[in-house]
Amino acid sequence: MLELSIALPAVINGVMAGAVYALVALGLTLIYGVLHIINFAHGNLLMIALYAVFFLLTLGGVDPYAALPVMIVGAFAAGYLLYRYVIGTLSHGKDQNVLLVTLGLAIVLENLALWLWTGDTRTIQVPYGYTMIDLDIVFLPVTKVIAFVGSLAICAALWALIALTDLGKAIRAVAKERQGARLVGINVEHIFAVSYGIGIACLGAAACFLLPTYYVSPTTGDAFVIVAFTIVVLGGMGSFIGALVGGLIIGVTESLGGLFLGESLGHIGISLIFILILLFRPTGLFGAAR
Amino acid sequence: MRGPARGRWLVGALCIAAALAVPFVVRSDYLLNFLILVLLAAYLGQAWNVLGGYGGQSSFGHVVFFGTGAYASSILQTRFGVNPWLGLPAAAAAGALVGAAIGFLSFRFGLRGSYFALITLAFAEAFRIVANSVPFTGAGLGILIPLNQSAANFQFRDKPGFYYVALALVLGSLAIAWWLERARFGARLAAVRENEDAAAALGVDAFRCKLAAIALSGGMTAVGGTFYAQYFLYIDPSIAYGVGRSVEILLVAIVGGVGTVFGPLLGALALQAIGELTRAWLDAPPLSLVVYGALLMLIVGFLPNGLIGLTALGRRRRRADA
Repeated sequence: MLELSIALPAVINGVMAGAVYALVALGLTLIYGVLHIINFAHGNLLMIALYAVFFLLTLGGVDPYAALPVMIVGAFAAGYLLYRYVIGTLSHGKDQNVLLVTLGLAIVLENLALWLWTGDTRTIQVPYGYTMIDLDIVFLPVTKVIAFVGSLAICAALWALIALTDLGKAIRAVAKERQGARLVGINVEHIFAVSYGIGIACLGAAACFLLPTYYVSPTTGDAFVIVAFTIVVLGGMGSFIGALVGGLIIGVTESLGGLFLGESLGHIGISLIFILILLFRPTGLFGAAR
Repeated sequence: MRGPARGRWLVGALCIAAALAVPFVVRSDYLLNFLILVLLAAYLGQAWNVLGGYGGQSSFGHVVFFGTGAYASSILQTRFGVNPWLGLPAAAAAGALVGAAIGFLSFRFGLRGSYFALITLAFAEAFRIVANSVPFTGAGLGILIPLNQSAANFQFRDKPGFYYVALALVLGSLAIAWWLERARFGARLAAVRENEDAAAALGVDAFRCKLAAIALSGGMTAVGGTFYAQYFLYIDPSIAYGVGRSVEILLVAIVGGVGTVFGPLLGALALQAIGELTRAWLDAPPLSLVVYGALLMLIVGFLPNGLIGLTALGRRRRRADA
């Protein structure tokens, strides 16, 4: 029944998509791990980043992959300022308020995009858009391969940043014990904003990898929100390796779900994983015990 | 204390009398429609408040109950010819059952805080996907309720009929909140919210308390879903189970003031008024929602206790807390 020649390409496609999901989820898990908040504007910020990549190409003639450095730096700056001057200020550091402020932000961003850029679905044309790599068992578009390799590289760089640098040490300190971190002289508010900025920078990078194979519209981000939450929970909230493994699992689940259950019902695989993980192992695959 | 207490009853009676008189004074369908939507939002917000405010279990997927109620009565009506007035209690039962099932699973496994919020979100999404995929619910096409206007059919010819039903729902929900603040069950629930372990140590069965709260909240929300379906005569998976409505429901309670009797009513009035005014002033619909979102952020930023914190009711409550 399970035809290998059909299932295998689906699995490989799922893995490719999963790496980009992982990158989106990585931003979410970092923000959760450090600030202990659920960033409800995550999908909408990804959508804004996708538009940025779109306009860099259509108006500025910048190739999506060449835009990577600009997008990472720009998204980091935007995230930093957003936390410092909007989210942090309005929420007074109360978790529930952060959540509501990010909800408000999500509404603002989505409708701002709708107003400025209409509800049209936009795609880009790149010269290498139809170039294929022949892997014998499956033809892969080169854009998906770049997205896969690039996402893994960014994940690795982020891991190095958190694990090996002084800034990473400060971030880990704040994530574990913010009061203690403050006492040893770490500027906690600054670290919060930096972490938020890094989380959004992941979205900037993800947007560069996504757009050549995807599309953008004001509601594009919504599709990623539940997927990203699922990955974060599956991998364990705050866990890096968890986000990566979770992303790959979810990518494959989605791909196989679509293959066996059809376009509409196929999505239920993700929700079911989400519910089962929350019930039986809410700390996720790699999360620390609560 | 007899004086102020009697004064409060008097004010309450006057408010109810005024609310009952509204359709005799207000003739504009636009304004009545606005008030009906305020009342529906207030009712749903209060239903959320039972679990999220009094029980301290913030749900992000309350639409799972709303949609279940809307589908329950609509399916009974279109497929089995059951009168929607009979569909209403059936919807409440379905909502309570779904609530109990979700509650049983998530509370049995000890989910709290963001984990509970996320699992409700996931259930709502799973329900949306199923409703979108199986023919029983009409899949993506949704359910169109055949037009058959008569009060006996829960399809009033004009707005006042719906207004009175919505008003009755809100008064009922206020009574439930009022009861929660005085009953033993409400006290147990508050104890669980403040410190579950301490409450359990005092012999409160936290699991059963939360289960009862989510079933009650789910049943109430489902009734709101039936009302919606009868008012608009059409539902589809994204109307019934869309994430956006979950957010609207919890915003009403949080903007108004969580865990208070009048918070959701105040929140519903404020949010609907803001929505309506921005729509009227700003021609472009997306722009009005931009302003709506920005105002929401400012309300959270400057009124951390919700709008109720501005009023005498809120101040009295804060003093009682202190």
